[in-house]
Amino acid sequence: MSAKTESQNKVLDFTRAIEIAESEFGSKGPVIRVLQAIQAEYGFIPPEFLPEMADILEVPLARIFGALTFYSQFYTSPRGKYVVKVCVGTACHVQGSKDILERMKTELQVGAGETTEDMMFTLEPVACIGSCGLAPLCLINTETAASVTPAKMAEKVHAIREREATTVAEE
Amino acid sequence: MAEKNMAGEKSGDKAGGSTAVMDAPAAASGQLLSVMPKRYVPWPEDSDKPRIWIGMGTCGTAAGAEALKTEILAWLKEHSLEAEVYPTGCVGMCHNEPLVDVQVKGRPRVSYKKVSSKNLAQILKEHLVDGAASKRAAFGQLVNPDEKQEPYEGIPNFHDEPFFKQQVKIVMQRCGVIDYWSIDDYLATGGYEGLKRAVTMPPDEIIDEVKKSGLRGRGGAGFPTGMKWRFARDAEGTPKYMVCNADEGDPGAFMDRAVLEGDPHSLLEGMIIGAFAVGAKYGYIYCRAEYPLAIKILTRALEQARERGFLGENILGTGFSYDIVIKEGAGAYVCGEEMALLNSIMGERGMPVIKPPFPATRGVWGKPTNINNVETFANIAEIVKNGGDWYAKWGSATTKGTKTFALTGKVKRPGLVEVPAGTTIRALVEEIGGGMTLKKVGFKAAQFGGPSGGCLPEQFMETGIDYESLNTGGAIMGSGGVVVMDEYNCMVDTARFFMEFTVDESCGKCTPCRDGTALMLQILERITHGEGQLEDIPKLEQISGFTKANSLCGLGQVAPNPVLTTLRYFKDEVVEHIVDKKCRAHSCDELIEYVVMEDKCTTCGLCKPPCPTDALEWEKKQVAFINHETCIRCKACVMACPFMAIK
Repeated sequence: MSAKTESQNKVLDFTRAIEIAESEFGSKGPVIRVLQAIQAEYGFIPPEFLPEMADILEVPLARIFGALTFYSQFYTSPRGKYVVKVCVGTACHVQGSKDILERMKTELQVGAGETTEDMMFTLEPVACIGSCGLAPLCLINTETAASVTPAKMAEKVHAIREREATTVAEE
Repeated sequence: MAEKNMAGEKSGDKAGGSTAVMDAPAAASGQLLSVMPKRYVPWPEDSDKPRIWIGMGTCGTAAGAEALKTEILAWLKEHSLEAEVYPTGCVGMCHNEPLVDVQVKGRPRVSYKKVSSKNLAQILKEHLVDGAASKRAAFGQLVNPDEKQEPYEGIPNFHDEPFFKQQVKIVMQRCGVIDYWSIDDYLATGGYEGLKRAVTMPPDEIIDEVKKSGLRGRGGAGFPTGMKWRFARDAEGTPKYMVCNADEGDPGAFMDRAVLEGDPHSLLEGMIIGAFAVGAKYGYIYCRAEYPLAIKILTRALEQARERGFLGENILGTGFSYDIVIKEGAGAYVCGEEMALLNSIMGERGMPVIKPPFPATRGVWGKPTNINNVETFANIAEIVKNGGDWYAKWGSATTKGTKTFALTGKVKRPGLVEVPAGTTIRALVEEIGGGMTLKKVGFKAAQFGGPSGGCLPEQFMETGIDYESLNTGGAIMGSGGVVVMDEYNCMVDTARFFMEFTVDESCGKCTPCRDGTALMLQILERITHGEGQLEDIPKLEQISGFTKANSLCGLGQVAPNPVLTTLRYFKDEVVEHIVDKKCRAHSCDELIEYVVMEDKCTTCGLCKPPCPTDALEWEKKQVAFINHETCIRCKACVMACPFMAIK
């Protein structure tokens, strides 16, 4: 996967990223804001852009890297087309979210936080989405699946795989 | 104590609870009311169109409200009917989502529960075409005493249902009632009256009222809000900042989200009053990124407040100026700690620092800063409007007013409930929550206060919940998450679960928290894997004490709580894991031995094919048998058995 990631990064055009960073030059506490904007634009934060960002903002690279690695919502590599978030908050935990996460790991053949080789799925355990009354729950991109079971989630993943397979075949 | 308050609330209900009752004269005349009126959206004068509200907070949407909205619009079009369709926030009944409320002119609003595409058409037809309410699907009706409304027969009163009867809604008063995009709905339900009153008062007097109310920080630590404001007002330096902590990170707590989504202006009003009281010029709302809908709704609310002159330059023509910026978090639990939060606002890693100086003297950008939690701010407008004594009527000796709890876990009716402080755990779990989900599986513990809280066992059922009683028991109020556990929940695993969370979220700055939590997790994992030793118990106690005493910020200081309460109340279970290698809750995978219960097995054989290691032995017409030598405890057979004969 890493080879693929690198090749994808190489073709990235940093024009927008440079614009974002330049627009925040001199503003108060810009680091997180710029990282968020870059991630919104590219889907992740390309690490090779960070030295340039440091130059533009006139902020030490270490501080940018520090903030980047501190927060769980910043990603340094591209993510799958479908991000499967399994809530492992307390309410979901007592309702058996552990089994769901395990099932997803075997189903997708990835570990927590990883992306499948075909760049289709990213599996991500998250702590509390704030809908604990409907526990256990999962998110597939922005769509919420409430009161799920391991089997139900596996079905959903299968359905997406089939749908994707047919669209590829049609193309 | 709680009962006394409850009685007051009940009689208040009967008295009518019209909005008129609570308006200013009551407090001014010195007559104190322990009545919190229910909120109703008045019927608009210029419209005859039926009104439909769809519960479209995050949890409503999760339950399928978006699809329902499409179907409702399609149904209306098909029947050539016109109606106003509004989104509304969470009323707290997570167990009955999705919720749809329907009202026609001259009749009460009726709330329908668990609406699906199966019964939607029937409900709309009965209500909008036949002119009757659909009894089967109705949860209850909301009869507004201020309007002439002919109630429906055979439909219970919404507020008399067991889930709501004991609740006193101050923070959540408009959640699930008003259209969350509408400032007009907010104004029509008593909104910004607190601010209008506040700007006529000397700031010191506002702080005195808040002091008198006894309001304490609802973020968890319970520091008196009035005192905090006093420090910020007296601090030297300008400009001052009034900041809201909306980084609701405790898993299992979502009351702040309900307010942010369902009643954003109540937060803004509280912040603006606070800013006026302490003399702040700027403000931030630090909201976690996991709440995208809340951020959208808040952004709109800020624009509206500016348009109407409640926010920005020269507020209400008084010359006082204050404005708010939303800061989106980037995913770090420790940012709920105030100094970490301020560092994150300034674009840095969210790490706590040694206090003092406190934020009141040196906060964001080095200026005096006051930080309160969402729920705290949401109380302010009512306190200013009705007076501090009015608010202090509710609650226990040390904790005044109401507290919102996110009641989840193994209860029949999970949801958000707002009750006077001092309400017993039993009332919360049994009367409001409707008791345990599974009839035959009993209550084991109630977990209070999120990952830094503790598990309180059955013996605490009659305890009135307030900051002090929870602390005595070894738990904390925290943000108000209550997760109810039954006999299927393993307490050692629960402690391990919370410790895993803390290890993940410890920022790593101070050694006691970073290493103490990691060591405790190692030990707990060992125990749940069946490799524990008896010496582990005193070891855990020792590390807990050290971490508590020496950590830099709140996160580490309370992180050992789940371990300590488990050792205090559930020592038998820990010892059982260590000595007998048994997990009575059947939760720790490596300590489970699955067996087939002969009396339940129908000899169907469905359990055999899924077994990946052929550990399950079965012949036709024979009770299945599990070979423990080869069983890998994958649970495949348990899941496959339709008769629950494998345990």
